[in-house]
Amino acid sequence: MDVSQYLEIFIDETSEHLQDLSQHLMVLEEEPENADTINEIFRAAHSLKGMAGTMGYKRMQHLTHIMENVFSEIRNGKMTVTSELVDILFDCLDALQAYLDNIQQTADEGTDDNEPIIARLNAFLESGNEAAGGEKSKTEQKKDNKKKTKALSPKFDEFEIDAMKEAFDKQMQVYKIDVLIDENCILKAARAFLVFKALEELGEVIKSNPSAQDIEDEKFEFEFCVIFVTQEELEKVQAAVENVSEIKNVDIIQIKEIPQNEVSTVSAKQEKTVKEEPKKEPAPAVSTAPVKAATASAAPAKASNTSAGKPSGKPVVSRSVRVDIEKLDVLMNLVSELIIAKNGLVSVSDNNEGTKTQGFNEQIEYLERVTTNLHESVMKVRMMPIETVTQKYPKMIRDLTKKLDKQMKLYITGEDTELDRTVIDEIGDPLMHLLRNSADHGLESADVRIQRGKDPVGNIYLNAYQEGNGVIIEVKDDGNGIDIERVRTKGIEKGTITPEQAEVMTDKDVIDLLFKPSFSTAKVVSDVSGRGVGLDVVKTKIEALGGDIDVDTKLGEGSCFRIRLPLTLAIIQALMVELGNEKYAISLETIQTIEDISIDDIKYVQSKEVIHLRGSVIPIIRLDSILDIEPVEKEENEDNNLTVVIISKGEKLAGLVVDRLIGQQEIVIKSLGKYISNSKIISGATILGDGEVALILDVNTLV
Amino acid sequence: MDENIIETLSNQYIVVNLGIEQYGIDIKYVDNIVRMQKITRVPKAQKIFKGVINLRGEIIPVMSIRRKFGLEDDIYTDKTRIIILKPEQQEAIGILVDSVKEVVSLDEASIEKIHSDGKDEMNKYITSVGKNQGGLISLLNINGIIDVQN
Repeated sequence: MDVSQYLEIFIDETSEHLQDLSQHLMVLEEEPENADTINEIFRAAHSLKGMAGTMGYKRMQHLTHIMENVFSEIRNGKMTVTSELVDILFDCLDALQAYLDNIQQTADEGTDDNEPIIARLNAFLESGNEAAGGEKSKTEQKKDNKKKTKALSPKFDEFEIDAMKEAFDKQMQVYKIDVLIDENCILKAARAFLVFKALEELGEVIKSNPSAQDIEDEKFEFEFCVIFVTQEELEKVQAAVENVSEIKNVDIIQIKEIPQNEVSTVSAKQEKTVKEEPKKEPAPAVSTAPVKAATASAAPAKASNTSAGKPSGKPVVSRSVRVDIEKLDVLMNLVSELIIAKNGLVSVSDNNEGTKTQGFNEQIEYLERVTTNLHESVMKVRMMPIETVTQKYPKMIRDLTKKLDKQMKLYITGEDTELDRTVIDEIGDPLMHLLRNSADHGLESADVRIQRGKDPVGNIYLNAYQEGNGVIIEVKDDGNGIDIERVRTKGIEKGTITPEQAEVMTDKDVIDLLFKPSFSTAKVVSDVSGRGVGLDVVKTKIEALGGDIDVDTKLGEGSCFRIRLPLTLAIIQALMVELGNEKYAISLETIQTIEDISIDDIKYVQSKEVIHLRGSVIPIIRLDSILDIEPVEKEENEDNNLTVVIISKGEKLAGLVVDRLIGQQEIVIKSLGKYISNSKIISGATILGDGEVALILDVNTLV
Repeated sequence: MDENIIETLSNQYIVVNLGIEQYGIDIKYVDNIVRMQKITRVPKAQKIFKGVINLRGEIIPVMSIRRKFGLEDDIYTDKTRIIILKPEQQEAIGILVDSVKEVVSLDEASIEKIHSDGKDEMNKYITSVGKNQGGLISLLNINGIIDVQN
């Protein structure tokens, strides 16, 4: 059986299920009695098992099977959730993840049987059962019953009739569902499984024909029948089943009476659905069993079914498609080119004043609107919620709790904040570093916390939100904060700074030392962090993404690392300026105002140029000297006025002196490549309308 | 070095002039040869880089071989060319040459390895010499040339 076409789906769904399991396990540990969570876990484990089985991953199936047993015990109240048990279960998840990683790389699950984990699970199962004492036999009995349910039997056995009776007592609905799978379906067992899965979300399948086992082994034609107990309406069940793709037809009949065993042996098929395909083979004996029992009221219901069921002949078309990120990159590049071409048109029209007609201008404006919208749409396609990376952190913090022997809690807000796919891919590690840092260095041990009058459980916050044209991600803790004096001493010790320097350094400057390579203030190098690589790497990575990071800290109260990331990476609005004969772009985001300032207004503070503007003192930065620009006939600018672009980075402001303003433009950011390494002042380049290259200034490095 | 072995096996070289000397560039590394165009200076970049150019929408850094070899700085003429190199698995890079002379075929017999004493910086850039009609062509080791770490 060729299952390779399903491999991708399998990998995606499995990782989703693993994520679910991990999340719910976290909840379960907090609230061991939460029935919903247990059910969720059970479902996820069950689906995993089924999928692994279908794909032929035996080891994975085995492990999930045992896990499922454990969850089933928990669900039935036979076992209590202990932290120890959750530990083992997390180990299982790690093992499953390892299988999945293997499958992803080689399409094979590998050879690790994970015996120790299985042994531990089994030990738990046994001890759990023993603890429950006499109930053990009952469990087994229940399992037997379950097996019976699945066993192929031409008639309803006692258990099933009991189940139906029970359902009627509880005012629940009993349906007989006939499912016909499309003949072109390659993996009908998988489809059948999906049908079962869909049904199990709504209620309980008490019987199927052929048996569940046979269906799993694909020992059936394209048709099977289940008896299903639920509280849901017929329509909802119908919709759920029809949602599974490659299902040709679904017929649901409501059963209102307990079928007699004699009746159930009647083999003649009396009820046939109106819309049935001619190919549909006579249903096996058992499926007709409830037919007589089905009351007249089933008829109108059926009629509505079939009308509703008609479109279900085709698989339901999904509203989303999976697209390779590379294709999106290509699309993005094309949009970029389009914008460059448009800029070219604009500059042509600007240059040839004579040929400028109103119609031409209108068309250019129209083109501009289209390209801007197109850019935005492509950008949006590439956006992903940050949730995809933050999901794994609760488990990591939990692991750290054990490892560091500290109590802590992680609070995440704003998981739905969206970022560009490339940023999402890259931001995971830096965030993990910061969280580990907070857990390891930030938070004090419980004793110290109590002494300081804090809650012994440390709190770590991960907040993400949008601000202006960027996204802010904060990693905050209520721990010790950064001991600035210690960093200062350490800096001198390490020779990073001289004692004289240390004296004049502001606290902010001292904190910046933390982001220098090989600078760690942790007294002991721990497994978690403290090798002095963390923050340095974090900073480099974030700057590579076009963002920046700063820290707020208060000794004894905690610290907050704030990462600022641009929403888009490829195309920005920028102010074009001229310096000497060169053109530079400054991101519009960072620009506060543009001022015309008389040279006489420049004052000197500590022999540095500043201006006094609306109540704040702003340092002046002479871009021409920083960028080593050759001076050109300055005589022109003899009017004693300077054009100053006021930029901001967080709270800090600075004024950049430029020779001339060119104007606002939408520019496409291109990398300078890896050959040229400069002092980060230039963050990239862009191609202007006339084909010339202009460099983009990263003003953050200047402030 | 493995690259050298490969270089000696392939046999077409683009011969360029730098001052009075002739240098050969293995044709398999050459993506394109373009005329001199406006190079945008990149402040604070390494000295050997003249800046960047726009090649059909791509930003390509342009390196001065003269500066790299410690010769006097380039003088742009209408013969000046930028040779765009595209080494395997690496980004494209442009190098400035005074002019492009011809394409020659060199067989293994006419290529002689230079035995380096490891001291001279130039040994990193030129690993062998080809003989062509009485003239000598220094064959550039592209991987050494594009190594811009120092």
